[in-house]
Amino acid sequence: MDTQGEIWEVFIQSKPGLAHKHVGNVHAMGKEMALQNARDLYTRRKEGTCIWVVKHQDIVSSVPDDDGSFFEPSNDKIYRAATYYEIPEGAKHI
Amino acid sequence: MTKKEALINYCLRIADSSLILGQRMAEWCTNGPTLEEDIALSNISLDLFGQSRILYEYVSELKGGDTTEDSLAFKRNEREFYNRLITERPNGNFGDTIVRNFLFDVFCYYFYTELSKSTDERLAAFAEKSLKEVTYHMRHNGEWIIRLGDGTEESHEKAQNALNNVWAYTDDMFEMDTTDELLISKGIAVDLKSFKDKWFTTVEDVINRATLIVPNDVFMHKGSNEGQHSEFLGHLLCEMQYLQRSYPEATW
Amino acid sequence: MIREVKTEEELLEIFNAKISDGIKIEPKDWMPEDYRKHLQRQMSQHAHSEIIGMQPEGNWILRAPTLRAKVILLAKVQDEAGHGLYLYSASETLGKSRDEYIHELQTGKAKYSSIFNYPTLSWADIGAVGWLVDGAAIVNQVSLQRTSYGPYSRAMVRICKEESFHQRQGYEIMARLAQGTPEQKEMAQDALNRFWWPSLMMFGPHDADSPRSGNAMKWKIKLESNDELRQSFIDKTVQQAEVIGLTIPDPDLKWNEERGHYDFGEINWDEFWNVVKGNGPCNKQRIDHHTKAHEEGAWVREAANAYAKKNN
Repeated sequence: MDTQGEIWEVFIQSKPGLAHKHVGNVHAMGKEMALQNARDLYTRRKEGTCIWVVKHQDIVSSVPDDDGSFFEPSNDKIYRAATYYEIPEGAKHI
Repeated sequence: MTKKEALINYCLRIADSSLILGQRMAEWCTNGPTLEEDIALSNISLDLFGQSRILYEYVSELKGGDTTEDSLAFKRNEREFYNRLITERPNGNFGDTIVRNFLFDVFCYYFYTELSKSTDERLAAFAEKSLKEVTYHMRHNGEWIIRLGDGTEESHEKAQNALNNVWAYTDDMFEMDTTDELLISKGIAVDLKSFKDKWFTTVEDVINRATLIVPNDVFMHKGSNEGQHSEFLGHLLCEMQYLQRSYPEATW
Repeated sequence: MIREVKTEEELLEIFNAKISDGIKIEPKDWMPEDYRKHLQRQMSQHAHSEIIGMQPEGNWILRAPTLRAKVILLAKVQDEAGHGLYLYSASETLGKSRDEYIHELQTGKAKYSSIFNYPTLSWADIGAVGWLVDGAAIVNQVSLQRTSYGPYSRAMVRICKEESFHQRQGYEIMARLAQGTPEQKEMAQDALNRFWWPSLMMFGPHDADSPRSGNAMKWKIKLESNDELRQSFIDKTVQQAEVIGLTIPDPDLKWNEERGHYDFGEINWDEFWNVVKGNGPCNKQRIDHHTKAHEEGAWVREAANAYAKKNN
């Protein structure tokens, strides 16, 4: 079967210190080609300092049906946010 | 020959090679084997055009008068171009293109490595910038040679044919004359023979990894330093220079 | 994995609620089959248009009149390849592979924008394509950034960001020609004459004659109608033509104070449908070119796949 290769998801770090961000994908036959294709497509405008490529089929994703059970239970745990706490007036650097 | 004349010649050899190969690579646009590769080939083309423009600018300054990058690219004839013969070889199939480029990339890689030490600051800066580009081209094209050589029976045969056909133009890259000698004595130019062995070793390594065979006993065509080209160059120029030639009064 | 099984009605209700709340639909979300089909058709058509659109402009890369113009044009055509790729990527999330989409293109099952079936006959046509065709495309794409399907919307955001220079390069070419020699000015006017009406056709038939638009608007795939987008393009472009001293080839074009828009003449819809049906000047040439390049690359793809298999 004639193909343009497998799908590889592309993550780019736009400058040192930042997290890698998903930007899209490329087709490629093998790792090295995936890396080069990602470089040629997604960094044409000085957009990166590091690239990750990951085979699309190796990514495990939650599904929308899980949304409620995965994410909503954390909604009422507001004590995890700093803004939840009362700080006496005048206290600094906290 | 004055030093300035030699420097102009020298820059033209480099810039013309980049321009002509850039034009060849631009021919691939919309014709790549995958969409991703189409983009990659255009990137190489853009790098090469960029390189030629830097040195045409330098030549324009050296020559003075109304010389511009465009008069250099669009208003000279076949015999006034000094690009390396290998760069004007037609694209052929994808394998022909990749092999041709790789042999030239490795040459440029060592050439620019040395040229970045030139006492001429403009040339040194040009070489430093171009070296980064050509390092990537060499990696890209080298990886392809390995894939094609060690891919299918058909691709192996095509890659080997490509190698056999273009090998005859490799010695021309290393040709030197009085221009080189004069500039080498001033620390401006590079002794091309100094890295021919390294060129061969790197090329041979990739060819071996691609399960291909280095051609031997091949008659070598030369002549680029004197502007002696194949017939292919004229057609390339004809197309490239068409508008400037048709409307000599116009500016674009 | 243990989950409750939802009925189709329940799923549809969730889908509709998302659409009406402006929450994007993502690839793994349930969606009505018609929504999926509509997106597959529209997005792949959009992707094909980027890819086929490389050809009329690519036609002048080798003949560009200056080195500056050459690198700009090559970079632009290359961007279009990239944009086609982003759109194929987004289309693939709908459960069809790029290879299938390309097969549909080459066998005539899928369409692409009819504008690319017109030839680029002079350098000025490159200006006209950039200015008018990209200009029209941008109007459409800016609107599509808010489309309801997440991957499509993200592709559009990226494309709009990158395309900002495309229209300007075309307009710059036109402006320079219009100020050049009489021959150059004539070249520019001729290009405008030939590309004006086909550019207006790019927005598609009048709303009343566009049967699929209803669903697309309901699902918020499209946010503005064909006629609205066309009007917005015309309103923007007239002034740009005036500034560089070119004349838009429409005797009925005039400002309508009351509407706050330009009135314009009737589009030749016979021509439009003819080109859509495959009878434009370059339909066959474009597909033949695409197919030929694809076939000539088959051995390369095969080799790369074989090598990857051996060296995994």
